Parts: sequence; structure tokens; C-alpha cells
Amino acid sequence: MDSEIIKLHEMLIKKEITSQELIKESLAKSHEVQEKCNAFVTILDDALAPEVTDDYLSGIPFGIKDNYATKGILSTGSSNTLKNYVPFFDATAVCNLKNHGAVAVNKTALDEFGMGGTGTTCHTGAVKNPWDQKRMAGGSSAGSATAVALGVYPYALGSDTGDSIRKPAAFCGIVGYKPTYGMISRYGLFPFASSMDTCGVLTRTVKDAAIVVDAMKGKDAKDLTSWDSKNINLYKSLDGQVKGKKLFYIKELVDMANYQNASDELIKHLKNFQEVIKKCQEIGLIVEEVSLDLTLLKAIPSVYVCLSCAEATSNMSNLTGIIFGPRGEGKTPEEIIMNHRTKGFSPLIKRRFVIGSYVLQKENQERYFLNAARLRRIIVDKIKELFKTYDGLILPVSTGVAPYLDGSKDELVKDDTAPLEEHLQIANFGGFPSITIPSGHIFSLPVGVNITGNCYDDANVLNIAYALEKSLGFKNLKQGGKHE
Amino acid sequence: MNNKYQATIGLEMHCEMKSNAKVFSHAKNAFSNLANSNISAIDLAFPGILPTLNKECVKKALEMSIILNCKQPKYIYFDRKNYYYPDLPKGYQITQMHEPVGVDGFLEYDVNGEVHKALIHDIHLEEDSASLDHYSDYSLINYNRAGVPLLELVTEPCFHNADEAIAFLEEVKRIYEYTDISEADSKKGQIRCDVNVSISEDDTLGTKVEIKNVNSFGNVYEAINYEIKRQIDLKEAGRYQEVEQETRRFDEETGTTIRMRSKVDAIDYKYFVEPNIPKYKVTDELIKEIKARIPTLPKERKAKYLNEYHLSLYDTNIIIKNKDYADYFEECLALKLPPKTVANWLTGVIISYLNKEIITLKEFYLTPKLLKQIIDKVEDKTISIKQAKEIFLKSLEERKEPITYINSDNKQISDKEYLLNIIMTILANNEAQVAAYHAGKTNLFDFFVGQVMKETKGKANPVLTKEILQEKL
Repeated sequence: MDSEIIKLHEMLIKKEITSQELIKESLAKSHEVQEKCNAFVTILDDALAPEVTDDYLSGIPFGIKDNYATKGILSTGSSNTLKNYVPFFDATAVCNLKNHGAVAVNKTALDEFGMGGTGTTCHTGAVKNPWDQKRMAGGSSAGSATAVALGVYPYALGSDTGDSIRKPAAFCGIVGYKPTYGMISRYGLFPFASSMDTCGVLTRTVKDAAIVVDAMKGKDAKDLTSWDSKNINLYKSLDGQVKGKKLFYIKELVDMANYQNASDELIKHLKNFQEVIKKCQEIGLIVEEVSLDLTLLKAIPSVYVCLSCAEATSNMSNLTGIIFGPRGEGKTPEEIIMNHRTKGFSPLIKRRFVIGSYVLQKENQERYFLNAARLRRIIVDKIKELFKTYDGLILPVSTGVAPYLDGSKDELVKDDTAPLEEHLQIANFGGFPSITIPSGHIFSLPVGVNITGNCYDDANVLNIAYALEKSLGFKNLKQGGKHE
Repeated sequence: MNNKYQATIGLEMHCEMKSNAKVFSHAKNAFSNLANSNISAIDLAFPGILPTLNKECVKKALEMSIILNCKQPKYIYFDRKNYYYPDLPKGYQITQMHEPVGVDGFLEYDVNGEVHKALIHDIHLEEDSASLDHYSDYSLINYNRAGVPLLELVTEPCFHNADEAIAFLEEVKRIYEYTDISEADSKKGQIRCDVNVSISEDDTLGTKVEIKNVNSFGNVYEAINYEIKRQIDLKEAGRYQEVEQETRRFDEETGTTIRMRSKVDAIDYKYFVEPNIPKYKVTDELIKEIKARIPTLPKERKAKYLNEYHLSLYDTNIIIKNKDYADYFEECLALKLPPKTVANWLTGVIISYLNKEIITLKEFYLTPKLLKQIIDKVEDKTISIKQAKEIFLKSLEERKEPITYINSDNKQISDKEYLLNIIMTILANNEAQVAAYHAGKTNLFDFFVGQVMKETKGKANPVLTKEILQEKL
């Protein structure tokens, strides 16, 4: 299970191993990882081996974030409001993978409904970082990132509204890929903020990410925002030819001079980024520094909070306990709904609902919600303008390594490092394809770098990441630091 | 009504549209007595569902927008109206707040032969909620209605009495029927109205009171009249301050309106653009395509019936009131039947037969083609009107084509020689009556006609019979 998809596929075809053996190994590891890191909501001990075909994914186990609807399998969104909910339909992305012969072995824990970046707000408890169990895995795709990093399987599904695939990937030392908005159908993904929610995948190599998304993607009549990508084959597009491709980074985010009292960790992190830039140049990429208005960059977290909380409070209004979920106590429908929601949601989510309702209120909407929408447009237009010149934006992920679990709070807006911490949200504002790959270690813990490109340019973005991955040498990085 | 005051009325008319599927899901849109039979995961808002968009509903909504002389938006998109209620599975209704399918329109309508113009604020496309059935200590939710396409038409406050309001609503209902956009059947709960009423002594509008969810035009009429009287009575009693900006409901049993809540407590619906349905461009081609499919509307038909076919206003009104009648009428004309004759048949025997049997014209056995068999034979004087009516009933009773009763048995006798023989015999056998007739009892003429009919079993050509009698008497 430590191997890449293609390798596993070859072994299956050559009958060096059977699918049932892979599943057995994966399930055994699942239980180990559950013990160690609390990564799963459900382990599917009765998973059956499908037929092995020419399809790369056939017979190979994988994990599903628990905010994807899975037919006949508990799907909680890591929330008490759905702690007993068993859907009667599969999410389209899951369905597509099943059609490719992939076999799910577990449902992974997440920050409740994807609304968090720590992996600590799951109804089953906090997920622990595979490299150091005193630290967080990052969220919201915490269980998926942990399981992939510990070699439970080559890939697990994630979802990304702000950075929920790409940040835990960095904290766990793996690859996290959020494709262009609408490339993968969202039907059956429990919504957080519909205009930014994106299905995606966590893997240990860029190649695996390409193979999996090739199987997940496609226009779906059930999702009007999905688009036809028949002409795109991500895996076949990986040729490593990146000479002359142009990347830019944002000066204000990575310039040490912008951080007074910078921690040792941050300094090391930014130095790591400078080394990454050198590696880029070594393989023929042109990297340029671009200066953007710091005020605009500082607005990113607030814009994200306004828009995502507003959409979330509406999206989660269906959670009333009347049609599904545990029925609340009460004499009137209002009481029943109120008790279900009061009991079911964690305080963090309630805080976000309050913010979402507040910014949508008639008297506040213009000042907060609509201004946030305008700023989103301005930021996206600015980045799109740059994408006319550049193939992608390259930036470090987060401000360093995974934080400690104790003392960590999911604060909505932080200090002057906030823009560096939250810039991945730009990709969600614009629907841009965005991929995080491991870029090195600080204090023996992994850190990552992110590449974001223009909409529909996924193949190009992945190819650049593929070439850089090779050059950086952290491909198939697993906990403990051993890598190919 | 006290003439000192002018009432001002605005209407919101919700009408369920006719379509194969619901507006944002693929579940069937049909009336069903079996609860929760026409539903999908989308209608029940299971986690992860996304809306689809029924483009036929969008086209029909645009069609209505065009008919109401509204401005159409450049793009169709939707908004979420957020509120919690047990009949609203998603916790929000998908509707159109920012860009309705139509704004700033008007519609001309008749009130007792006088043309009035109603101003349309907007018309928008949205989804219906589930329906609730309340029992003594529990309620049941039926999701069949959840997601059914609704058109909500909002007028400006441009009506001044209940007659105007009802005449407008009836005109709109007719348009819905004629265009097949809706069955507009209030018996199936397809039409619901909100009525806004205020009174004033001058040009300044008074306090507006809303009466919500009135489910028939009859009740709209009563609600308006009750509310006007209630407000005037309070004003006259010096208690106008008791008329509050509030929402009331109409109580059918007592014929009164009852306070529900104050407008001050109005819910903030926190509208925002629905992110799951991309903007849908309204192209010139699309508008052209929709314009081309608008059928002849009741008002145009009315003008044609009056001016081209010279029908009476009375007959015209009866025929256009119901699209089935008008379609039947026009089908008959297409078969080259004379308009006035068809109108007489339709507004006379046919409608009274339908009413007596309590059936619709669609269930009526005598199609225009079959009716033609009768009318043609009357026109060429083969049969009399009286005979025609008998054949009409017999044909309906036995479900056999009228022509079967015309060929032999009922053929009118127009053979002059034959009739002359009969008449001469009758005159010879009734000498006393002939003498009396010549002595001045001219009303005995009918007696002789009757005798001829008796002898011929009613088949004698009445015109010819009268001619011969006059000559021979």
C-alpha cells in the first residue's frame, strides 16, 4: 500500500498480489491508524474485492472523506446532526470511482462539514498528525491526509472550500490537488459554501493525483456547474516539459521584511520557499516576483469568512432533524428544529452561522456580504490578469509546520501572517486549479509549496508540479521521512 | 361602500405551472392523491443534493412575461429566500428576487365592457413548498408539492374595487389556460392570492393590510369587500389607528379577515444569489422562439368573434371564458360551419347538456366533426331544428354518429305532391274547422299544421307545409 497506483496496478495485473490482499492490508493499517491518529469515522471491514481490469484504479483501495454521500454507508460530515445518516445514493465522484473498479475501505474524519482548518472539530474527536501525534493534521480533510501519509492506501478523497485539501496535505507531507471548480461534480458532496466547494484528492505523488481526478471528473447532469473535460487527460499530459513556463510569487507574502518579530519557524519556512524557487529555476521555470496591494491581500480572510459563512448558514438550513438526522425534542416544529440544531452543531459552526446570518441581514448585506463579493471579484480579476502572463502562482503553504493540538484554536482571522496563512483561498474565489506538494522539512516536520493556475488549465498546473516534485525529491513522502 | 373613501388594491397571484417535471428536480409535477409519491432526493433536501433547472418552465415563464408586456432580463438567474418552516425542506426557497423573468408590464382587461389597464410590478419563477395537513395534535407533511414550479405575479396597487380585481384575475387565469402555462384550477389548489388593501380620502395611500393565501376568486372578492368595510368602519368610528400594517388571513366560514402578525415582525429572508444554478442567457433568438409559440389569446379571440363573426357580446363572453369552448368553436369554423349557428349550438344545447351531465367539453361525445353532420342537414333543410335537437340527444344517448339517424327515418318530407295529397285529405276530413277558419278563426292555421305533422310523424317540411296550407285554405 506504500506504492504508487501504477505500481500496484502492475502487481495486480501480473497477479503478484490480489485485490483482496490489498484490501486486507489496507484495513489492517486503517485500524492501526485509527488507534494512533483517530482518522476515521467508519472502517469498512466487509469491503469486497472488485474485478481487476485494465483500469489503473481497479482493485485498489481508497478512502472517502465523510462529507461525501455513500450509498448504504454511514455519512456523517463528522457532525452530530448526521451521526446516524445513511444515504440512499452515492455522490457522483464516488460513483465514478466505483465504475473504475476502485474499492472504498473507510470514511475519513473531517472538521465538522468541512468548516475548519485544524481537524479538531470532528464529532469523533480530533485527528492527530501522522508525524507527531501532539500536533494537528490540518483540516478539514484531516483523516484523508493522515491516512494517505501513513500509507493506508495511495489516495483518499478530499474537498476544498478554502484550503481543506491543500493545507492538511502540506502538514502531513503529501500531495493535495483541488481541480478547477466544476471539473468534478459536487452532487452528493455535503455543501459548505457552494460557490467555492471543490472535490479533489490527496495522494503521495502528482501522477497519482492526475490518475484519480481523471477518473472522478466529468460533466454531470445533476450538477449544473460541472463542465465537460473529455478533452483533458491529466495523466497523459504529464511529460515534465516545463522549460520556459512562467510562474510568479507575491512579494508581500514571502518578503521577510514584511514580518516583524518573525518566528524561527516562519524564517525557516520562507527560506525553504527560496530554495524551492531555486529548484524551479534549475529545471527551466521562469519565476518572477509580483507586487500586489497588501490591503487587498489582507482582505482575503475577511472576504472568505463573509462569503463562506453566508453560504454555509443557508446550505445547512436543511439540517432540521425532520427528514433525516436525530429528531430533536419539542412540542412544535420550531422547538424540534431548534433543539436538533442546538444539540447537534459544535460551537465553532454555530459561530460561523451567526456570522453568516449577520452579514446577510438586510441592514448589513450591502456593507459586508456584497462588499465581500465585490472584493472577491477584484482579487480574481487581478490574478486572472496575471495568468495572461504567467502559467501559475507559486507560494508557500501556511506559515510553517502543523501547529500543536493543545492551545490551538480555530481563529477566524489572525494577525499579520493572516494573508500568508490564508492565500490558498484565492484559488477558491476564482475556481482555479491548485496543488500542494511537499517541499522539505522544518523541525523534522513536513512543509509544502502550492502552485495555482488559471481555470481549465489543470493539465499545465499538474505538469509543473510534476516536474518540480521530481526536482525537489520528496515524491511519495511518508511519515518518518523515508521517500523514494 | 362609502363614497368618501377610495379603496386601493394590489394583488399577488401565485399560480402552479403545468410541466412534466418539477422546476429544480426531475420528480414528476402532477396532482396526486397519494402523499409523497412524486418526490426525489432533491425535493427532500438530502445532504449533497443540487438543483437542476427545467428549461421548459423558464420558457413558459418568459412567455407569460412577454404576454404581460414586461421587460425580460438579459440573464435568468435565481435567488435563495432563507427561512425555516417544516414545509420547506432546504430551509430556503429558490426564487427570483434580483432579476424576475418580467418587470414593469401591463395588461388590459375588461370590467363590464369597459377597458382597464392593470400595471404589473413583476412576475417571477419559483418553487412551491410542501403542503401541511394539520390534525388535532399532530401535522403531516406531503412533499408532492415541494418543488412544483410557481409563477408569482405582483401587480401595482392599481385596483379600486373587488370587481376590478376579479376581472383582472379572471383575465390572467384565461391567459394561463389558453397558453397551457397552467391549468389554473383553484379546486386543485393551483391558484393562491395575496391581497393588499388600503383606503384613503385623498391621493395619499392609507395603511396597507395584507390578506395572505386566499384560495379562490370568490374568496378574494369577499375578502376585499370585507376588508374595505372593516377599514372604513374603523375610520368612521375614529379608530383608524387600529388599522395596522399587518398580515391577515381570510376565514371562509365567517367571511371575515383575521389578524396573523404585524409587518414589524416580518422575517428577514436574507436573499442572495443561488450559487448552484449558473446564469442562463436570454438571447434574442430565445425570445423570438417564445414569441412565435404564443397562441391567439382570449382577448384577441374576443375581438375576432365580435368583429369578424358578428357574434353577440353575450355569446362571445360565454365562449371565450373557457378555452375548451373557444377551441371547439374554432374547430367547427375550420370545418366551414357558419359561426352564428355554431355559437347558438354551443351556448345553447351543448353547454346546458355539459352542465346537466357535469362533464367537460373534452369528454363530450359530439366532436365538431360529428356536430357538422347535424348542422349540415339543417342547413340544407333535410331536417328541421326540432329534429336536429332530437338527433343530437339520441346520438349522445346511444353514442352513435348523428348521420345514422338522418339517412332514412328522419328525412324531412319536401315532396310537394305527397304533402299536397296529405293536406287535401286533412282538409276534407275537417270541414267544420275549415269553415271556422274562413269565418275568421285564423289561429286554427296551426291546428292544420299540427295535423300534417301528426300524419307525417313530424317529418313534413314545415315551410313547404305552410305554403301549401295557405294556398289551399
